[in-house]
Amino acid sequence: MNVVYALMVLGGLGLLFGGLLSYAAQRFAVEEDERVEVVADLLPNANCGSCGYPGCINFAEKVVAGEAPVDSCIPGGKAVSDRICEVLGLESVASDVKKIAQVFCLGTKDAAADLFEYQGIKDCKAAMMFGDGFKACKYGCLGLGTCVEVCPFDALSMGENGLPVVDPERCGGCGLCAKACPRGVIRIVDAAPRGKVVLCNSQDRGRATRNACEVGCIGCKACVRACPQEAVTVENFLAYIDRTKCNDCGECLDVCKRDVIKDFKDYIKTN
Amino acid sequence: MNLLAIVFVAILANNIVFNQFLGICPYLGVSKRLETSLGMGIAVTFVMAMAAIVTWVVYNYVLWPLHLEYLRTIAFILIIAGLVQLVETILKKTNPTLFRALGIFLPLITTNCTILGVAILNIQAEHNIIETVVYSISVAVGFTLALVIMAGIRERLDLANVSSYLRGAAVSLVTAGILSLAFMGFSGMMTL
Repeated sequence: MNVVYALMVLGGLGLLFGGLLSYAAQRFAVEEDERVEVVADLLPNANCGSCGYPGCINFAEKVVAGEAPVDSCIPGGKAVSDRICEVLGLESVASDVKKIAQVFCLGTKDAAADLFEYQGIKDCKAAMMFGDGFKACKYGCLGLGTCVEVCPFDALSMGENGLPVVDPERCGGCGLCAKACPRGVIRIVDAAPRGKVVLCNSQDRGRATRNACEVGCIGCKACVRACPQEAVTVENFLAYIDRTKCNDCGECLDVCKRDVIKDFKDYIKTN
Repeated sequence: MNLLAIVFVAILANNIVFNQFLGICPYLGVSKRLETSLGMGIAVTFVMAMAAIVTWVVYNYVLWPLHLEYLRTIAFILIIAGLVQLVETILKKTNPTLFRALGIFLPLITTNCTILGVAILNIQAEHNIIETVVYSISVAVGFTLALVIMAGIRERLDLANVSSYLRGAAVSLVTAGILSLAFMGFSGMMTL
């Protein structure tokens, strides 16, 4: 008799919960647009927030509802946006411009002098709070890896020379590292492999830059005079090359005494 | 029995994590960030209170009169799993934000040994229904407390200069041990 009771009790409990669950499944059924799942799968799912929504799933919902532009996903770029368009049956709208993060500093541990030894929390923002950073240069990379920490794509790593290295394959150009860097050393640039770049962020006068770092731009304007395309401008003692005008002739590279102008192609490759 | 004594003992003197070593898995797994640990704590509190009431009713009005006490464990597991699933279904409809925030934790609670442990402890201690509710919620609060303290420490540990040999799981376990020692201090003050 005991066995029958046992069977009845367990079976009854099972039946009760089964019934309750199936009732709840119908009563509380959630109508989901299947396309949201599909679109969410297409996205990088790094939840970087560069589209303006808190996460990829929120962006997917808004896109399917037609409230967000299809090409808002910066890391996904054209490839992702085109596939979203396919799913939603829209015309492709995205432009083919890929973006990438670039570190505008060559001041390695050897090249750029330290003012004092810093032994605090290994975080650039914390280091900045202590005497404006330990480097003699007030614009260069501190090399404590705050940018590496925030990257949702694992595209950044700290190189042995104390400068972060960008993996161009992985970098989506979402700009979280640029926002995290307290010195603004990282900028988001066009990823097309052409043109020259001035890899320095120092807006100090020539003499101050020279004292602080072996590879800092002193704003001597030799490159401005050498450039046949008039692509180089100097502002606040820092040269800037407009890569849309640059034709890769390399004149600026030859005249630069400080060796801060580099080939963007090489930067992409060596990084 | 004094309800206040139950609350004190369940939260501090006989903390489920620090003194009974139940629920160690979420204690170490979900204590990396303060936000998620708090979310896990709230989910556990909710499920634990519900599960304790239902299991108490089933035990005292079904299993005990029919002399089926030996079915306790399997019946409780069935009830807890069913309840969690039910909560998940309802939550998905009524509060999608909370549903997404709890995410994987809710199904994980199904196999959380603290829930089953508390359901069985309630029976062993022969609590009445009010004591059951108070004890279950207190245990869950103690669990949340353990998780939140651990998460707070681990968030700071992330920034600290820890020797590379100790970094990660090792230093977490050392921290857990010291925390547990600290809570041992309460156990002499009162027992049930």
